[in-house]
Amino acid sequence: MIIGSIVNGLVIDHIPAGKAMALYHYMGLDELTSEVAIIKNATSRKMGKKDIIKVNEVIDVDYDILGYIDSNITVNIIKDGVRTEKMHPTLPETITNVIRCKNPRCITSVEQDLPHVFKLTDRDKGIYRCIYCESRAKEPQSFKIK
Amino acid sequence: MKKDLLDIRDLTPEEVDELILTAKDIIAHPDAYAEKCNRKKIATLFYEPSTRTRLSFESAMLELGGQVIGFSDANSSSVSKGESVADTARTIECFADIIAMRHPKEGAPYVAASNVSIPVINAGDGGHNHPTQTLADLLTISREKGHLDYLTVGLCGDLKFGRTVHSLIAAMSRYEDVHFVLISPEELKIPEHVKTEILEKNPDSYQETASLEEAMPELDILYMTRVQKERFFNEADYIRLKDTYILTEEKLKNAKADMAILHPLPRVNEIATEIDKDPRAKYFEQVRNGKYIRMALIMKLLGVDA
Repeated sequence: MIIGSIVNGLVIDHIPAGKAMALYHYMGLDELTSEVAIIKNATSRKMGKKDIIKVNEVIDVDYDILGYIDSNITVNIIKDGVRTEKMHPTLPETITNVIRCKNPRCITSVEQDLPHVFKLTDRDKGIYRCIYCESRAKEPQSFKIK
Repeated sequence: MKKDLLDIRDLTPEEVDELILTAKDIIAHPDAYAEKCNRKKIATLFYEPSTRTRLSFESAMLELGGQVIGFSDANSSSVSKGESVADTARTIECFADIIAMRHPKEGAPYVAASNVSIPVINAGDGGHNHPTQTLADLLTISREKGHLDYLTVGLCGDLKFGRTVHSLIAAMSRYEDVHFVLISPEELKIPEHVKTEILEKNPDSYQETASLEEAMPELDILYMTRVQKERFFNEADYIRLKDTYILTEEKLKNAKADMAILHPLPRVNEIATEIDKDPRAKYFEQVRNGKYIRMALIMKLLGVDA
């Protein structure tokens, strides 16, 4: 399958297989007028299978959400057809309104206007907990947008 | 900067020790504290029923010479009109100097504290935290044993939803050589977050068992808890589990002569009333201690010198 090269834009690589569509919506890529390519189940030596997103426009990237989904994701910034930067997102200290607290006893279950905020409590194990009730967030690998 | 008490870990062990010292001084010299909070008001915002904790906060403030406002039933406040916790807290901030809040939803006091500039005390949020009960527990243990380290503490009953248990483990795990014996049925075992965040940092510090009788001879403290009906979504589960552990004189036969029996109360039937006469029963003393430690806490958070 041939997808044309990016001239000015981004290549978001090493996305865990199956997560590209969710990421596409979360990052608001569906609202862009420029070309966006989603490659699913691409062969990867390191991962077996992976997803890739190519965006033919330089946009601001929310590295926190990328880091939360998988800190192995890489973002290549392309200018004039040449990769100028390769970014490795890290686990963010907090994530806001990315995932929802599933604890039915949490205050967020009854107060709809509260932001859903999770804090990194164990960087080694990548554990996030709700700032209100301390319930543990789902594993980033099983991440599902909102 | 204002200080809140939402989780017992908001206080350092040194601050806990300081509160215990102040509480002991209040017990010894109550008159010296009778005017400490003159013209100060506490708002007790209780969104779910409570006898002990609310009256304890209120009598604590009254004994410090302060005043009390608040509600003890969410239905009699604007909450019944759909007001958010944040808006209620902002409103109360206009009237009071400090808030004590109980709420059935976990994290509600955090929301209140994040929206006001006066101190907020968590007086119990769902199955999550109840730090002032823990302070009462610590004062009781300190008064009975003379120290908070080198103790074997048995926690028995509902360890899953029992917020007082979670807070007590968080507090006592900071003292040297405290060993926890976690006694519960399979369905009511200690939650994963208490294990991973606290207990497993020192894996030798705890053991789990279903047998109260087997654990009994080792214990310096036995902390009994009620299986809480209000935390179950399924009544059949509650009925099946509520009578798992009932403490009787018979079961106390193998206990140490100086073991202290604590219970955050209210009890239903998990401690037979015959135990009340046993000198090891300290749960009503624990209630009294709760008032004194809350007096010490209110003074600390209001910046009033002891």
